[in-house]
Amino acid sequence: MQTYLLRRIALALPVLLGITVVTFAFTELAPGDAVSSMVLSQLDETQELQLDMEALRARYGLDRPAPVRYASWLQSILTGNLGKRLITREDVSNAIGRRLPATLQLMVTSGLIALFGGIALGIFSAVRQYSWADYFFTVFVFTGISIPNFFAAIVVLYIFAVNMRWLPTSGYSTVTLTDAGFFTTFFDRLKYMILPAGVLAIEGMATYMRYTRASMLEVLRTDYVTVARSKGLRERMVVYKHAFRNAILPVITIAGLQIPGLFGGALIIETIFDWPGLGRLYLDGVSARDYPLIMSLVLMSAVLIVLSNLLADLAYAVADPRIRYQ
Amino acid sequence: MAVESIESPGSERVHNAAAAALPERRFQTVRRFVRHRLALAGAIYIVIVVLVSFPLAPVVAPLSPIRGNLKEVGVPPSRDHLLGTDLNGRDLWSRIVYGGRISMSVGLVAVAIYLSIGTVLGSLAGYYGGKVDMIIMRLTDIVMSFPTLIILISVVAIVGPGLQNTMLAIGLINWTSIARLVRGQILAIREMDFITAAESIGVARRRIIIRHVGPNIVAPLVVAASFGVAGAILTEAGLSFLGLGVQAPTPSWGTMINEAKSIHIIQQMIWLWIPPGMMITTCVLSINFIGDGLRDALDPRMLVR
Repeated sequence: MQTYLLRRIALALPVLLGITVVTFAFTELAPGDAVSSMVLSQLDETQELQLDMEALRARYGLDRPAPVRYASWLQSILTGNLGKRLITREDVSNAIGRRLPATLQLMVTSGLIALFGGIALGIFSAVRQYSWADYFFTVFVFTGISIPNFFAAIVVLYIFAVNMRWLPTSGYSTVTLTDAGFFTTFFDRLKYMILPAGVLAIEGMATYMRYTRASMLEVLRTDYVTVARSKGLRERMVVYKHAFRNAILPVITIAGLQIPGLFGGALIIETIFDWPGLGRLYLDGVSARDYPLIMSLVLMSAVLIVLSNLLADLAYAVADPRIRYQ
Repeated sequence: MAVESIESPGSERVHNAAAAALPERRFQTVRRFVRHRLALAGAIYIVIVVLVSFPLAPVVAPLSPIRGNLKEVGVPPSRDHLLGTDLNGRDLWSRIVYGGRISMSVGLVAVAIYLSIGTVLGSLAGYYGGKVDMIIMRLTDIVMSFPTLIILISVVAIVGPGLQNTMLAIGLINWTSIARLVRGQILAIREMDFITAAESIGVARRRIIIRHVGPNIVAPLVVAASFGVAGAILTEAGLSFLGLGVQAPTPSWGTMINEAKSIHIIQQMIWLWIPPGMMITTCVLSINFIGDGLRDALDPRMLVR
């Protein structure tokens, strides 16, 4: 187990380094640098301004060759210094820190809904193969992976928030609600989260369902399940104790692969529901060409994905002892 | 029969067993595809969408999808405007029809780009192994670590939005899964006896890859490509919805939904966002059905064994 863990981490290290190289290369490819972005684009680049810009570049160390700048950038991000936002001069890490909780809340909630909902429905479908419920959920799976999340978001917004007025259309919490008790605050937040988290969970849930069902059907046809049944074990015991454990293995891998999609999905969902998270911060950064912010967020999402894949692999190794001896 | 056609993910095994029992027959692939009724329905739907949006577009949608009439802004569906008009007075039916061109082109071109990149890199890694494999697979890991939409947005922020850049960016980023697929297939096929036979009579490596390994990876690639087209259409729609993909006035289904930004429009002008949303959903759904049908028909698992 330990060897496997170490080898897996050793494989992740060059990938992490590569991610920083790619991220840095992006800033290099971008037209203009931090200095020219600071200077208003409408201005003519007159001689005087040119000189000023050169001086500024020297001051920020932008006149050094790219590898040198990469090294110093890498050093600073490793010590946790992500730089400053171009226009507001705010620390990037502060800006991210302020928005991170909302995004994490949205992503974790919808990720859990998707995972548990998808696995439960997948088993349900597999056990009742070819029943009407199985057909219904198969249709759900196909629709779930085909409908664009922004369209699904607008549809539920139209039905539940605009027409029925059951839930708020957008936002994170009721602004006027202050100093309320724990439960009032909790239910207020919950009300705002149902639609965004629900819509964000659709695609993942459909995917988990699809794989759980397929893998469950395969396992239910194996000999050891037949043996368990012929021993006279109750069906519930066979399904949940014997079949489920093996059927869940491929789903763990799928869970690792789902996370990148969750980032993109969260970005779109946050835009629609006016959710104060990192997605909107990122889009604001993109429209302002705020490269320190853009690159920090890209880097952060990539690193999180590598780590979650690592976690998924380790979870797989824990769940399946065979993997450790390979 | 109908039962099997709806059945999706777990059905490979059933088909496997059936196919193994039957002798080789011509048109078996076609017949299995047709038997998959949803796939056939999807294929018919896509053919209609392509016909209507490409050659028949000027006939079925004579009004301009680009130039609007500012006297008719936000008109509900009527006899003059089948699906109403948008906030610039442009006919929405025309925009839906011409928007099909954008979605289909982006889907096909982006997938063609990444299929080529992925196939070349995957074959190199799979066949040569060793250092080449190591480098290509680490590169794949690195590119795969970036969430597609996030990285697409920053690419677009650098090169600028637009139809061509959208197609290129999607194509240049999504090759990773193809590379992995091709590498895996090649590793499996490389161990088979007919490759050893070819090697032992001195066939050149390049020729082995192209003539002997190539045909065996086509089937899984076709399946991956069809799901890829669906994915690329969704990605373009998402990017355009954010205002970072295809730019107005060019009609794209994603861009059209982008206009439904306020609660007022969502509530009062549902003809602005429902038709493009339905078009994206139904087209992607159809292509996914086709992919599913193709997978059952071509049965990639058969080839590995």
